[in-house]
Amino acid sequence: MKRHLLSAADLSAEEVLRILDTAVSLQEISARAIKKVPTLRGRTVCNLFFEDSTRTRTSFELAAKRLSADVINFSARGSSVSKGESLKDTALTIEAMGVDAIVIRHPASGAPHRLAGWVKGTVVNAGDGTHEHPTQALLDLYTMRQHFPVLAGLKVAIVGDILHSRVARSNVLMLKTMGAEVTLVAPPTLLPPKVEAWGVPVSFDVDAVLPKTSVVMMLRVQRERLHGQLFPSNREYSRLFGLDRERLEAMPEDAIVMHPGPMNRGVEITADVADAPRAVIVDQVANGVLVRMALLYLMLGGPETEKGTV
Amino acid sequence: MKNRLLLRGGRVIDPASGRDGVADVLVEGEAILEVGRGLEATKAQVVDCAGLVVCPGFIDLHAHLREPGREDEETIETGCRAAALGGYTAVCAMPNTDPVADDPAVCEYLAKRGRDVGLADVYPVGAITVGLRGEALAEMGTMARSVAAVNFFSDDGHGVQDALLMRRALEYSRIFDGVIAEHCEDAQLAGTGQMNEGEVSALLGLAGWPAVAEEAMIARDVLLAELAGARLHVLHLSTAGAVDIVRRAKARNARITAEVTPHHLSLTEDLVVGYDPVYKVNPPLRTAADVQALRAGLADGTIDAIATDHAPHSTEEKEREFEAAPFGMLGLETALGVAITELVVPGVVELAVLVERLTAGPARVRHLSGHGGPLEAGRPANLTVFDPAREWMVDPVAMASRSRNTPWAGERLVGKTRHTLLRGQFTVRDGMAQR
Repeated sequence: MKRHLLSAADLSAEEVLRILDTAVSLQEISARAIKKVPTLRGRTVCNLFFEDSTRTRTSFELAAKRLSADVINFSARGSSVSKGESLKDTALTIEAMGVDAIVIRHPASGAPHRLAGWVKGTVVNAGDGTHEHPTQALLDLYTMRQHFPVLAGLKVAIVGDILHSRVARSNVLMLKTMGAEVTLVAPPTLLPPKVEAWGVPVSFDVDAVLPKTSVVMMLRVQRERLHGQLFPSNREYSRLFGLDRERLEAMPEDAIVMHPGPMNRGVEITADVADAPRAVIVDQVANGVLVRMALLYLMLGGPETEKGTV
Repeated sequence: MKNRLLLRGGRVIDPASGRDGVADVLVEGEAILEVGRGLEATKAQVVDCAGLVVCPGFIDLHAHLREPGREDEETIETGCRAAALGGYTAVCAMPNTDPVADDPAVCEYLAKRGRDVGLADVYPVGAITVGLRGEALAEMGTMARSVAAVNFFSDDGHGVQDALLMRRALEYSRIFDGVIAEHCEDAQLAGTGQMNEGEVSALLGLAGWPAVAEEAMIARDVLLAELAGARLHVLHLSTAGAVDIVRRAKARNARITAEVTPHHLSLTEDLVVGYDPVYKVNPPLRTAADVQALRAGLADGTIDAIATDHAPHSTEEKEREFEAAPFGMLGLETALGVAITELVVPGVVELAVLVERLTAGPARVRHLSGHGGPLEAGRPANLTVFDPAREWMVDPVAMASRSRNTPWAGERLVGKTRHTLLRGQFTVRDGMAQR
């Protein structure tokens, strides 16, 4: 495994499986009354968050603590954009404190790449701008495997704001690595330029895609990122692309519904679908802690490894 | 008795007169005395130029010298030293300084600083609109009639978004036979674009700056210039479509000229993959197909000039996150080497054509007399002597520019300035700045 996890493309199929299998074995720990093992005792993980994300930060924090690592939460509101300390100075400061891994969330695409060039320790991308969120892809694949043990050939539809979604980018890359069949469904205004280069089918017709889909991943309509008029209205969006009861029923019986959260109920997903038994949205959150434990374990403390490499 | 200097035995390339062959150039005082073969060296200091090219001093139509306002990034002095080392004797200073060069006082200050420093002639570019805000016309006529005699106007860094205001600027410029030099970027279409819109921007999750944002505005401006009967110069072409629009306009005999930068002739968007802001520039680095089209446009004369868009930025600003870092890269000290390495060595452009695009071409764009040749008796001795075969490595630390943001750090280039003369005085001698 690489020293850093910056992009879902950094991981081979073998490495993804190793992380997911390790997460399965760690599941047992989470079921215990005392949910802690001493694996990473004496190691320090810094959660460096330049963007609010209670969900992801808490998930990483719990993962590190359950492995007995020391955790520092460094929430740097605003980056050099708002004339604070520069990312480089912040990174060097944290490094000087003797941190083994930095988990970074940043509103600027590529910030983790820059960080990785400046520090000696491990860097884990916990979401950068509109680029990637590789640990979200790991937890999504873990969740899919709970229902469909073989990812190769699995039919997955990702629906919504692909253009601005780091979740979509990481999932497309990792699902392709695993041989799953991904289809993107979105209005053209929410698709990335030259999306054909992604090598996955694209559709504007959610009703044509869903009946042939085992996993549907609904993306949040990120109102704060819709600078222009990317679609006419939420009402029209939910009519054309939203997941409601009727569309859910058109899917195969064993199909599951995923959402990276936070949801806009009534826009991309109706409340009854979000709460339906086939929605595994809460499982995704629980699985986030497991795959992040597995990742930190393999990157920082796994067997047959030296510091910082797996 | 004035000093005499004999540049002996170089290949004299003088596009303005059509001369291209081995000859001597005899300089007396500030002017050229004679160009020819086997000139008498009596009482002249002789400089052996065998194996070297002797040509008019280069003209940069497009540089940001940062003074006044950002002297931490560049000054007239450091910028002109960089220019001289790059073989330039004339530099056009873009008006996005602080204060903006939108009035005669700032323009006169720039020209005077250039004269005082004495490393290159500084030609201030006046703003088209007050404060570069694109709202009201700047006093172009007053700038034109000032001591600085500004005849070249640009809001570089911003396109003039308002089509009616652009029409008025073009019409108005006819009073003083000015040139309106447009940074073609439709602000709506370019939006918050950080790099070329395409496959790579989609992969990197960076907002795209699409080719159409440049091309749509060039098309608009070409039509407006034809309507107004005015002189339009299109700054830093970066796309194949842009070359096509300019080529067609020229075929209609529109009064259009265009320039291209060394970086758009040689670098592509793929370099952004590591998110290093040294590759962040406006307009952005495009695709390999665009580079090919720009090279073809330069070779066939669609593009009149190579201009550097030399844009110094502080290290701290260029170390920010990609989307927070400023646009721009250095160019003055590397332009010749990049052009020879990327265009002449692979046989895309003849050396004589390259020299034309660095001398007579830009002189024609903005009616500069005294620079760009022809090398004839009585003309000012503004000359560059360069070694077209000299290999060297770009070392940012060794640069004369006050900034370090060169995308060619560590690259090996072919072609380097040996001597630069401004009105008969060495500003660079044997590769060393003389002041």
